Amino acid sequence: MLMRRVDLGLDNDSCTCFDGALGNLSWDSPNDAGEVLMNTNNIFQIVLFLGVLLVFVKPLGAYMARVYSGSAFFANRFLGPIERLVYRISGIDSQAEMTWKLYSMAVLCLSLVSFLAVYLIQQFQGFLPLNPDGFSAVPHDLAINTAISFMTNTNWQGYGGESTMSYLTQMLALTVQNFVSAAVGMAVLISLVRGFTRRTANTIGNFWVDFTRGTIYILLPLSSVLALALASQGVVQTFSPPQIVPLLEPLVDADGKPVTTQAISVGPAASQIAIKQLGTNGGGFFNANSAHPLENPTPLSNFLQLLAIVLIPAALCYTFGDMIGDRRQGWALLAAMGVIFVPLLVCVTMAEQQGNPSFGEMEIDQTASAIQSGGNMEGKETRFGIVNSAMWAVTTTAASNGSVNSMHDSYTPLGGLIPIWLMQLGEVIFGGVGSGLYGMVIFALIAVFIAGLMVGRTPEYLGKKIGAFEVKMAALAILLPCATVLVGTAFGVVTDAGKETIFNPGPHGFSEVLYAFSSAANNNGSAFAGLGANTLFYNGMLGLAMLIGRFGVLIPVLAIAGSLAAKKTVPVGPGTLPTHTPLFIVMLVAVVLVVGALSFFPALALGPIVEQLHQAKQGSGS
Amino acid sequence: MSRTSTRLFDSRVLVDAMVGSLQKLDPRVQLRNPVMFAVYLGSVLTTILWINSLVTKSTESPWFILGIAVWLWFTVLFANFAEAIAEGHGKAQAASLKKSRTSVVAKRLKSRSGKQTEEVSAADLKVDDVVIVVAGETIPADGEVIEGVASVDESAITGESAPVVRESGGDRSSVTGGTRVISDWLIIQVKTLPGQSFLDRMIAMVEGAKRQKTPNEIALAILLASLTLIFLLVVGTLLPFSLFSVAISGQGYPISLTVLVALFVCLAPTTIGALLSTIGIAGMNRLSQANVLAFSGRAVEAAGDVDVLLLDKTGTITLGNRQATSFIPAMGVKDQDLAEAAHLASMADETAEGRSIAVLAKVQFGLRGLELESIIPNFVPFSARTRMSGVTIDGIEIRKGAAEAVETHVRSLGGVMPEDVRATVTRIARSGGTPLVVSRNAEVLGAIELKDIVKGGIKERFAELRQMGIKTVMITGDNPLTAAAIAAEAGVDDFLAEATPEAKLAMIREYQNGGRLVAMTGDGTNDAPALAQADVAVAMNSGTQAAKEAGNMVDLDSNPTKLIEIVNIGKQLLMTRGSLTTFSIANDVAKYFAILPAAFAATYPSLKALDLMHLASPSSAILSAVIFNALIIIALVPLALKGVAYRPVGAAQLLLNNLLIYGLGGLLVPFIGIKAIDLLLSSTGLF
Repeated sequence: MLMRRVDLGLDNDSCTCFDGALGNLSWDSPNDAGEVLMNTNNIFQIVLFLGVLLVFVKPLGAYMARVYSGSAFFANRFLGPIERLVYRISGIDSQAEMTWKLYSMAVLCLSLVSFLAVYLIQQFQGFLPLNPDGFSAVPHDLAINTAISFMTNTNWQGYGGESTMSYLTQMLALTVQNFVSAAVGMAVLISLVRGFTRRTANTIGNFWVDFTRGTIYILLPLSSVLALALASQGVVQTFSPPQIVPLLEPLVDADGKPVTTQAISVGPAASQIAIKQLGTNGGGFFNANSAHPLENPTPLSNFLQLLAIVLIPAALCYTFGDMIGDRRQGWALLAAMGVIFVPLLVCVTMAEQQGNPSFGEMEIDQTASAIQSGGNMEGKETRFGIVNSAMWAVTTTAASNGSVNSMHDSYTPLGGLIPIWLMQLGEVIFGGVGSGLYGMVIFALIAVFIAGLMVGRTPEYLGKKIGAFEVKMAALAILLPCATVLVGTAFGVVTDAGKETIFNPGPHGFSEVLYAFSSAANNNGSAFAGLGANTLFYNGMLGLAMLIGRFGVLIPVLAIAGSLAAKKTVPVGPGTLPTHTPLFIVMLVAVVLVVGALSFFPALALGPIVEQLHQAKQGSGS
Repeated sequence: MSRTSTRLFDSRVLVDAMVGSLQKLDPRVQLRNPVMFAVYLGSVLTTILWINSLVTKSTESPWFILGIAVWLWFTVLFANFAEAIAEGHGKAQAASLKKSRTSVVAKRLKSRSGKQTEEVSAADLKVDDVVIVVAGETIPADGEVIEGVASVDESAITGESAPVVRESGGDRSSVTGGTRVISDWLIIQVKTLPGQSFLDRMIAMVEGAKRQKTPNEIALAILLASLTLIFLLVVGTLLPFSLFSVAISGQGYPISLTVLVALFVCLAPTTIGALLSTIGIAGMNRLSQANVLAFSGRAVEAAGDVDVLLLDKTGTITLGNRQATSFIPAMGVKDQDLAEAAHLASMADETAEGRSIAVLAKVQFGLRGLELESIIPNFVPFSARTRMSGVTIDGIEIRKGAAEAVETHVRSLGGVMPEDVRATVTRIARSGGTPLVVSRNAEVLGAIELKDIVKGGIKERFAELRQMGIKTVMITGDNPLTAAAIAAEAGVDDFLAEATPEAKLAMIREYQNGGRLVAMTGDGTNDAPALAQADVAVAMNSGTQAAKEAGNMVDLDSNPTKLIEIVNIGKQLLMTRGSLTTFSIANDVAKYFAILPAAFAATYPSLKALDLMHLASPSSAILSAVIFNALIIIALVPLALKGVAYRPVGAAQLLLNNLLIYGLGGLLVPFIGIKAIDLLLSSTGLF
């Protein structure tokens, strides 16, 4: 209904910024329009989504634990020969162990190769096959930005897929990186697990083995199944060139010539979409991402993709508990994520269901009924409605999946604030595959450190004492993304190069820059739109932010893994602070939220908060 | 020493601390604490801004800038004051110790065997020099008694006025320089160089001169520095954010440097940053008030983490030596006969056990040495071969000794060991006692029960340790049967019987390899290796020099259960740091709500909705937050000095309590405090 264009993207012009009141939000009291904000449909869809997700956590989590511990399992019989073949071809000794420094070097080397591959393929796509549109080389700054983006599991897109990248680039450069960057994140998490389980050891496993296993046994099978399921729903999977179809209503172009046909972009999308969601990547095949009807055609495809986004990050919590030998610890981390996730999800749904005050003045019907979902539908797809758009926005920004099925720029200020904040929390509420959980463990270390001091004992987590080195590395891992967001945004709003492409006036323009840097520095990739990001300035700055966000966390985590592995394990005693109890979960949640709130409250106050208050004031005044 | 200065705020200490807090404004001192150094720089900057505002026109009133500058200086001074006051307590203790270090003239023996002495200054003594000290003189250096017995007044070190006996050999042979011989004389071999004596180390310790940061303190300092850096970035980027906001909203003016500095100081963890070293120094002071000397802060911190405590049985769990508690005659023997024979056999026995038999005979049957005067006894001393001792009077052989030894002896004379005595012996051994059998010629008269007397109240102390999560292990040379019985009676969790120094060492290593932290108390030279291996090693002051050297703490009261207090102090130290960190960070929430709406009042008036406290004016709001931030440091000084109370209620309960008090309290208190200060400020009419 209100989806004005299919081709919504970063490099497009702005969406309308609206004015109006977003007054008192309440759970069940009807708003001005006499509408219940959390209606039965909303509640049902949220409960269904969370319920199905929880069902998968244990089986998938247990399976992944077996994959990484190298024990025999079902898939091993079929895929084992492939794994061994990979080692033989690449000359990997699967028994060789690595120190954390060697492990880091392996990650960095692979990332460098990934970067070069993605960059070069973009540069030479004009000479390579599978280029039906005949796209030429991608501009250097954009190509570098994109290469960093896909290498770091960010999938920030400064380009429009169907108008920039050949099929080969989409498949060989981008889809491959969707697998690689995800498998790297999981491997790093597993090495951190080994840090906890090993005693007085120098090594934390073999990166190549962890990387290969994650790809072959987890990512490939899951994405194959999902790709087929999505194709069944109508997601395209073809090498055909764009389809030319006659327009129902002929148009006249700028030169006054009549236009009678339109080209509909197609391509090998399903195979890329599956891993884009499962690997918390988020880079769309088409510019409109998951709002595009050929990328996400039906409510079922939407549900499957939504599930795929948080499936592995949630299940990895179970894997974590399983591998360290105390499943309660894994459940506790998942619970901490849930405690933050669910209220914020409800909040965004209510904020959007409340509707857009400007539409009220235009006499647009925003009430929920049998034929429409009601609420603020600007920038949202009618086939998804309010709750599926809100769930998508919250889920993709909680998990570091940059895909969108609605335009966050058009959300109410409060509805837009929460996605920004979720990214600023460091992408630890589910977060990226592997990276979300290792980020959460970093927060757990800080929580344990403060809590441990408060009970009068040298802090220990999962049997390992937390010393100065761990605190230093954990602080670094938290500090670097925060600093990058703040400093990057500061550059964006003071330099002319940064200000030039801010399309919206007022605090909303500030939010757009803040959103871009929050997204890049936390490796999310989600875009607020309304900001012209395909400029030399933003390609460069955001590229740098993505690098810091990825390796500024990943390397300290590996250092912690190495340091923990070298320590003795302290047996649990009556003086040990339990880290699986509701009390500790509350403590952990408090640390995550307080660090996030204290770091970003001033910035948020000058963006979405002031916008919200401004509208509330106007609303009550009018 | 310590008992003289237990009051927290002595007026002399207060005055000295005020002077000290000014002296500490030296930037080199400030640089040691990154959080407070940042505040220090902020104070300098706002002072410059104030001077600048006097000469040039600025949007802000010079009075406001002055107010901020003054209160930032107070913040720095309050932090200095807290540290100075804790140091003051230590210095007071050190001063009284130093009095006993006045120059002493030592009488050095010219040769080891000779009697000729020469007078040298104590400062010129070398290790292995031999000196003689007679009644009324001060012992010139730490050393080992090699000849003589004397009573020594050690009150300078221990604060205990009752003199102690020092003698050559055994576990009472070590003497400390600075203590005074009050009777007889001692020949002492010097063991330490001047300047490195126990007293010197003690003075350095309490003065805090040698205080090194402990591992947890370093880790916390890193966390606090990181937080400070984050807030520096938050505040630093707020200037460009505000420039942009002013440009797009077309009203107001950019946030001023003064407000930025004020916001930064309020957000930075100044409360804990200011009190961090105070907490550490105060912890060491509390330890010396408990009459424990720690040679490393690391060990005090480790005490809070102790999982296993090893205790020597003798002297720690039980009262000194075993004592005779009853005579159990053989069937048909009168108990008076048994007692008489036992008494005779023990007459020449000068061991504590022998004396206790004589005492028991006297108490129970009124036997006295007098009655035996006429007889010429022929004493048979104890020998390791026969494992018996006794006396032969008029051809009557009276012997006492271990059951097997006496049985062999009696059998050689044609006698037998009666079954009932055998049963008694087994019963005594099983109940944790030591049986001795007494014989007269070939006749076995009966058994004497010697028992270890478990110290009163010790069981409760062990129960307390268990609640703290500490496992107690008793170490004894006894056989396993005896050890088990005493272990049960004393209520320890485990025991190591027939312990040799190697076995003790092996046991400690085994616990440590299992990831546990081991504490041990000991006093003998044979404890030294184990003390050196233990993570927390408390040597008794009455113990040998070797033990004291090996330990990382010395208990001046020689009370082995002192470890409970040490653990308490260690835990308090960590808890105080953790709780104040939580409090400090929780405070920030209210400060944001006070300062942000005020800072952007002109640019975004709608942010006024965030002013939950309804403060009088923007400048009053900012100043109130800064004043609150400074005053809370002073308000928390007593807590930093006393420490957060520790109760053994389990980790989860402790966390809940402290989170409620310092987390939730830290969230709410500043809302009230800032509002109250704002009311006061606005009532002056200046803001």
